[in-house]
Amino acid sequence: MISDPDVIGLLYLVPIVCFVLALRFLSSPKHARKGNWVGGVGMLVAIATTLALEGIGNWALIAIGALVGSVVGVIGARKVKMTAMPQMVALFNGVGGGAAALVALSEFHVSSGEMATDAIVSTVLSALIGSISFAVSLVAFAKLQELVSGRPITFPGQNVFNIGVLGGAVALATTAVAGVDEQWLLWALIALALVFGVLFVLPIGGADMPVVISLLNAFTGLAASATGFVLDSTVLIVAGMLVGASGTMLTLLMAKAMNRSVTNVLFGAFGQVQAGAGTGMRADDGRTVRATTPEDVAVQLSFARKVVVVPGYGMAVAQAQHDVRQLAELLEQKGVDVKYAIHPVAGRMPGHMNVLLAEANVPYEALKEMDEINPEFPQTDVALVIGANDVTNPAARHDTTSPIYGMPILDVDKAASVIVMKRTMNPGFAGIDNELYLEPQTTMLFGDAKDSVVKLIAAVKST
Amino acid sequence: MSGGISLVIELTILVLAIFLGFEVISKVPAMLHTPLMSGTNFIHGIVIVGAIIVLGGAGDTFLKVVGFVAMVLATANVVGGWFVTDRMLEMFKRRPEPRKESAEK
Repeated sequence: MISDPDVIGLLYLVPIVCFVLALRFLSSPKHARKGNWVGGVGMLVAIATTLALEGIGNWALIAIGALVGSVVGVIGARKVKMTAMPQMVALFNGVGGGAAALVALSEFHVSSGEMATDAIVSTVLSALIGSISFAVSLVAFAKLQELVSGRPITFPGQNVFNIGVLGGAVALATTAVAGVDEQWLLWALIALALVFGVLFVLPIGGADMPVVISLLNAFTGLAASATGFVLDSTVLIVAGMLVGASGTMLTLLMAKAMNRSVTNVLFGAFGQVQAGAGTGMRADDGRTVRATTPEDVAVQLSFARKVVVVPGYGMAVAQAQHDVRQLAELLEQKGVDVKYAIHPVAGRMPGHMNVLLAEANVPYEALKEMDEINPEFPQTDVALVIGANDVTNPAARHDTTSPIYGMPILDVDKAASVIVMKRTMNPGFAGIDNELYLEPQTTMLFGDAKDSVVKLIAAVKST
Repeated sequence: MSGGISLVIELTILVLAIFLGFEVISKVPAMLHTPLMSGTNFIHGIVIVGAIIVLGGAGDTFLKVVGFVAMVLATANVVGGWFVTDRMLEMFKRRPEPRKESAEK
């Protein structure tokens, strides 16, 4: 039983230091794992200290809750496929936000009538932000898991309606802060925040998920920080804010990589714009898409000097990363220089492609970021686009009418020859036709990415 | 529960933490952005402290139920977040053998 506030404060300083170090270690892949262990130690100290606080009881409930949570957490973490990582991160964000909201709800219940204004403000904020991130996470999870359509879901007057709901929640929050002390206020606030969370994420399309997930990260961090103010806990304030800073930074990075403002991503219902237009692929000047066969591609690849692989969400969906690595190794044995071009928003979350390729044992030195690889495309013999679409669309450079105009892209079209692996001619998530497919140097290899790569491996072996 | 520190000091800490966060996170390479997300995911599991305080001090049934749910969610957050991050970072650490072979040839 610890009761000396100084001792408690010092003990809670340990996790703060550990969390900062954990993030610091993430600056290089070599030490990153060690950093996670340091963070883990910090968390254990925080939990142990809290358990030793005066007045903690209900041990059986705590133990059962911890057990259930641990089992769920471990099973989830072990079973999840690396391709499903965005869903998993969304879900963990959600439970964190949900927990923060519940803590706020309890605190409001306990100290009803005797809360200081600043405590009420943080309680209300914690409940609001926590509930929103809980709802957003669950819908984002359902979208990523394809339980509901990944396409934007819109209805007339949506933004006005959403703002109305949020306005209602804010009004309730203000009422609570103004001193009206009714339990139902916080319940209604949480309910409205949940509704707003769902409405908020419905119109956001799959390709914009990297922004949403980053934002969720920031939200849960803020919710944790607000909870810190409710409980007067520095460790919660600092840890929550570290997460908030990280999420904010990633959100801005992702939006920048798409050359769109965060507001545009969140309220633009992107992908609706041309949803009807993106069907038949035939240019006005009569150019059409040319299909090719695995055998032809195998010959091209085997006799190339330099091949750049451009992976996208399609590779993740098809779980083709291991086969891609095998193909790359075969080519390297034939003396071909193979590199991977990673667009910042390829996939469904920041760094998604890096994780998949790391899982497949691709050395991280071979993964090149956009700025690094773009100057190399003119010297590239074959660019192999595996399930990436919008991030390779040259329209972003010159077509001012295109919704993705101005977005930095991988200059795949500058390679001597481009092979695009794609399931069908359907447009990508943004619903835009990709003019890359009409370029004279481009050929299409239709089919599931995994099947195609497996066929390519066989064909390369026999060349 | 760090002994009634004043709001101003808490706000000061908050602001410093924001700067510190941006400083540290700006050094994380794009390659590690997914582990960064799941790692920070794990860190915001610190709300478990709040969950323990609520559940540990819960008197009536309402608080016990709410606290218990918060406890389950927060633990799942902490444990799951940590294991997923560890799993991911292990993959980044690994040096693939074939690459070395081809380099030696």
